[in-house]
This record gives sequence, C-alpha cells and structure tokens, in this order.
Amino acid sequence: MIKIKAKNVDVFYGKKQALYNIGLDIEENQVTALIGPSGCGKSTFLRCLNRMNDVIDICRVKGEILINDFNINDKSCDVVRLREKIGMVFQKPNPFPKTVYENISYGPTIHGMAQSKQEMDEIVETSLKKAALWEEVKDRLYEPGTGLSGGQQQRLCIARAISVRPEVILMDEPCSALDPIATAQIEELIDELKKEHTIIIVTHSMAQAARVSQNTGFFHLGQLIEHGSTDKIFKNPDNTKTQDYITGRFG
Amino acid sequence: MNKNKEQLLNKRYRAERRFRLYGQSAIFMALLFLTIFIFKIFSTGYSAFQKTWLIVPVNFDAEMMMIDQNPSKEDLQDADYYDIALKSMADLDQNANDDQKNQLKRMVSYFFEKEIKNEILNDPSLIGKTKEVYLTASDDLDQVFKGNYPRDLPEDQRRVSDYQLKIFDQLVAKGKVESKFNISFFTYADSREAELAGIASSFMGSIFSILVCLMIAFPVAVLAAIYLEEFAPKNRFTDFIEVNINNLAAVPSIVFGLLGLGVLLAIFHLPRSTPLVGGITLSLMTLPTIIIAARASLKAVPPSIREAALAMGASRMQTTMHHTVPLSMPGTLSGTIIGLAQALGETAPLILIGMVAFVNTIPGSPMDPAASLPVQIYIWAESAERGFVEKVSACIMVLLGFLIIMNLFAQIIRHKFEKKWN
Repeated sequence: MIKIKAKNVDVFYGKKQALYNIGLDIEENQVTALIGPSGCGKSTFLRCLNRMNDVIDICRVKGEILINDFNINDKSCDVVRLREKIGMVFQKPNPFPKTVYENISYGPTIHGMAQSKQEMDEIVETSLKKAALWEEVKDRLYEPGTGLSGGQQQRLCIARAISVRPEVILMDEPCSALDPIATAQIEELIDELKKEHTIIIVTHSMAQAARVSQNTGFFHLGQLIEHGSTDKIFKNPDNTKTQDYITGRFG
Repeated sequence: MNKNKEQLLNKRYRAERRFRLYGQSAIFMALLFLTIFIFKIFSTGYSAFQKTWLIVPVNFDAEMMMIDQNPSKEDLQDADYYDIALKSMADLDQNANDDQKNQLKRMVSYFFEKEIKNEILNDPSLIGKTKEVYLTASDDLDQVFKGNYPRDLPEDQRRVSDYQLKIFDQLVAKGKVESKFNISFFTYADSREAELAGIASSFMGSIFSILVCLMIAFPVAVLAAIYLEEFAPKNRFTDFIEVNINNLAAVPSIVFGLLGLGVLLAIFHLPRSTPLVGGITLSLMTLPTIIIAARASLKAVPPSIREAALAMGASRMQTTMHHTVPLSMPGTLSGTIIGLAQALGETAPLILIGMVAFVNTIPGSPMDPAASLPVQIYIWAESAERGFVEKVSACIMVLLGFLIIMNLFAQIIRHKFEKKWN
C-alpha cells in the first residue's frame, strides 16, 4: 500500500533550486532509504514530508505531497496536526535538556493524549520499551536526558518521536553520530518499528541502507535518479550513476 | 641552513616571551590602578563610619522646660528643650561670656535639642535630675577628633575657634568625647550639616528607581528580544531595527536625561525629582542592554532544540515558551542585572530630571522626591565643608559594594544555571 505520494516536488532556497521535480511513492510499513552524496537534496526532501522547511525563511516548496491522499502542501493543512502524525529523528541526538520522563511526555502533553498521570506513565513506559531503552533508564527517569550516552540519547529521541503514535517516522542520518554498537541497536530498532510505522531514513552508509530498507531512492544533484526495491538498486541498478555511487566510484 | 633555522626559532621564542611580558605588564598596570583607587577611597572613607559624640551633663529642670512635675506624654512632646539644651552647653564653661556661650552651642549639631528630647521621652523619670547625654559633635570637631583637621592654621582661617578647641580638649581629657559607629549615616537623609547627613534618602531613591526601571525595561526588552529573535522575518526592516537597538545602547546617557526632561516632565507632568521619572528614564537606557543580552542568549540556544520541539508538533509559540525562553533565561537575567547595575551608577540623566535637588526626607514611594546614590556623591563632592569629604568616599564605598554584589549575582546565575552546549 502506498502511504506517501510525492508528485513534481521542487524546492528552492532563495533563487537556488535544491530539488527538481521529485516523484516518489513510499510504501506503508516498510523502510525506505534515501541515499546519495552530500548536498544532493535527500535531507531537504525528507524535511518536506513534515514541512520542517517552513522554519527556513527563504525556502519554498512546490508540488504535491500526498499523505493518505491528502496534500500536505495545501493551505488547509495544519502543520501541528501533520507533525503529530509524522515524527522525526534528527542527525545529532537532540533530547530536551529536561528529564528522561519529560522528554517523552512532552509530545503527549501538548497534544492532550493523556488524561491522568497514570496514562502518561503508561505512554512513557511503552514508548521507552518500543525504543528498547526502558531497561536502561527505568531507574533514572527523573534524571536529565542529556546525561545519557550518545546511543541512548538517540533512542530517547526515537522514543520521544513514537510517544505520539505517528504513522510515519522520518530519520535524518540517525546513526551518523553513533558508534557501531549503538548503530546496530538502532538498526535493530528500525526493523522492529516498521511493523507499526512507515519509516523513511536518510543515510550515508550504503551498508546500512542495504541492511535496513526494503526500498531505496538514489538522489544526485537535486534529482531523484532512481528508486525501487533495495535489492534491485543494489544488485542491478538501471542507471550507471547509481551503479557508480553504490560501488563507491564517486560520492 | 641549519643555523638559520635555529636563529629563526630563537627569534620566534623571543617574540613569544615579549608578547607575554606585554600582557603581564598590562594586567599589572590595571591591578595597580585599581588598588590605588580602592586604597584612596577606603583610606578617606572609612572614618565616615565613625561619629564623634560629646557627653554633656543635662539638667532636666521642669521649670525651664515649662512643664509641671508630672507631665503627660503630650506635655513632654510639646515641652521647651531649647533652654535646657543651651544651658547644658553653656555650663561646660562656668566663666563663659555671651559670645563664648554661643561658641559652646555650636560645638554640637543643631539636633542637640532633639537628642535631649529623645532622652527624656525614653525615660520620663529624668525630670528634675541631671544625666549625661550623648550629643552629636559638630562636623568640624568630628574631624578634629579624627585627626583630619588642620589645627595649626591661624585661627582666622579656621571654622573652629581656639576657645572651642580648648573646651574640646578639656572634654577629651576628661573622657567625655566618644567615637561610635555612625548609624545615622545609614538612617538619616541628606543634610546641610555634614555630621547629620546620611544616605537613607538617596539609597531609597536608588532602590525605587531601579525597581521602576526593572519593571518597565525587563518585560519590554524580553518581549522585544523574543519577537525579533524567534518570530520576526529576517528582512531589511528587522536589520534596521537591530542596528538601531545597537545604536540606542551607545547613546550618551545625558540624552536620555533630556528626553525624560522634555517628555516625562514637560509633556506628561510627572512629579519632578522622583524615582518614578528617574526609573523610566533609566529604563530607556537599560532597554537596549537587556535586549542585546536576551537576543544573544536566545541565539545561543541550539536550533536543534527548536527543531526537536517543532517536529513533535509544538507550535512556534509553544516551542518558544516551553523550550527556548526557559533555556535563555539565565543569560537574560544576568544581562538584566548588569544593565541595572549600570543604571544604578548613572548620574547625568538623573541630574537633568531634578533628582539632584536637596532632599532631607526619606522617600516612602517612587512618587516622593529623592536623590540617588551617585547623585548624592555628586552633591557632596560639590560641598566645600571638610566633613563631606569622607562622606563622599563612604557613599562611593556603599555604591561600589552594591555594584559588586549585583555583578557577583549575575556571574553566579550565569555559571550555575546556564546550559553548556557541546
């Protein structure tokens, strides 16, 4: 099933065009990896999906992005509601400088998802369990989230993102600041999360894309060169640029 | 070739040593100036915290006070103390002629009547008895006792006569002159008489001005900073505003004083010489300082925190109020305190709005006329009387003490509560 459908998406930073006519379908409950050299626009595209580009004054987005057949670039789209449905995990772990508990409870609080302290406790516990962090932090829920290790912080951010039960989770190079063990934990987690969420991950690591994703899109110089199942892209790409990038000849 | 290299290396080391020496001597100079400055103030000012008292026997004679033997409280309030006060002083020298009696009277402050009155109000049973009462010595004798008075000048160049000195020396010999901690320096308002002048009025004036300034400048500046930093679009207009805020911070304070005079007093007719007007004027000065500090500390909050909150579905307002502003508060607060400390030391604008007036009452609200500490320093420094010299230094000490405490507080807030971002 198709969850997200991007049609003719152009993005401009001021006068400079960053994305050209992107069209991409994203399957529900699968992991889609976006790969490509630095500055190719894959993060920009990811940020279109929850309208995080709105924050940048000079950034303009054109085209249609349909999520559940609803165009999120339409004026009637409420970004607050949209971002409740589309969670995001960033490149560098960015927990709030508050306690572990407050980090998780923030989203549910502002969206009014818990009626009582008990319900909130439950949300916090399930979110941390889903992020495979519960065992490590259950005794330090009221200590600052910034005191955790890098890998734990990133899982805390994932737990924070899933606390509001988003349908889609966007991950912008979630492992680039982590060591291999923490990376493996996150990858395992992604595999688990795709049962309930649609996941789109931007990554610089070919190996990671091959390991975690079912579909892959290859970006180059603001264009989507090729997309399809990960198997096909990695083993038998149609485009020679894709072939060159994957085999490490450039990028 | 090798030798050349060695020479070059030595040259570089020498240059480094020279540079360090420059730096060290600069710091040494700075410390030296500071030490001289502090030493000078302390050595002139410390004696102001002591006050000289003459111990004079007073006969509380009911007849002279024009009351009966068992007076009521009201009678004591209304009684005439001038005559017994005069007589007590005159009695210091049994053989004094009229002129000498007059000189004897001037050995104490003109509060002597009141001091005698307080004595009997505290203990009405003194009527008809004689008691030794502490009377504030005149400021010249105060200086004589502290050893600051040029006694060896010819008599016609002194304000203290030989006769007064003779009597004073007799009193000293009898142990009837005492020096005690000068409480009245902190509890009395300003006075034309140095021995009775205190900082209570200017101190309260400063406190009220600072409070008014804080209440106006802080909310306005913080809101302006939040809007400019978090909400306003970055365009030529906001750039223009930013440049002008920085310009405002560089405007000489006397210009703000003129503004206060021209607008607050002339157009709005706010009460002259009051901490209210002073505070509003100072708040104009403090505004840019706080805006700049608040913007800097908002800027220091990493964008990743804002993104995290926005990505969770927080609105812009929620992101700002829940995350950015609380995280920027320590920086904003310490900037505010430093701005207030600047305002506390400001003199010129207050002189223009009339806070330089002679105020001998202690203000009870920002609407009452008052001076302020730096203006008090200015007023006293203008006075020719010797007794005011030490008061100037003492007042500087109080003001400096306050500024140091405020700056210390700002440092503590900054170091203790500010988040360090890696």
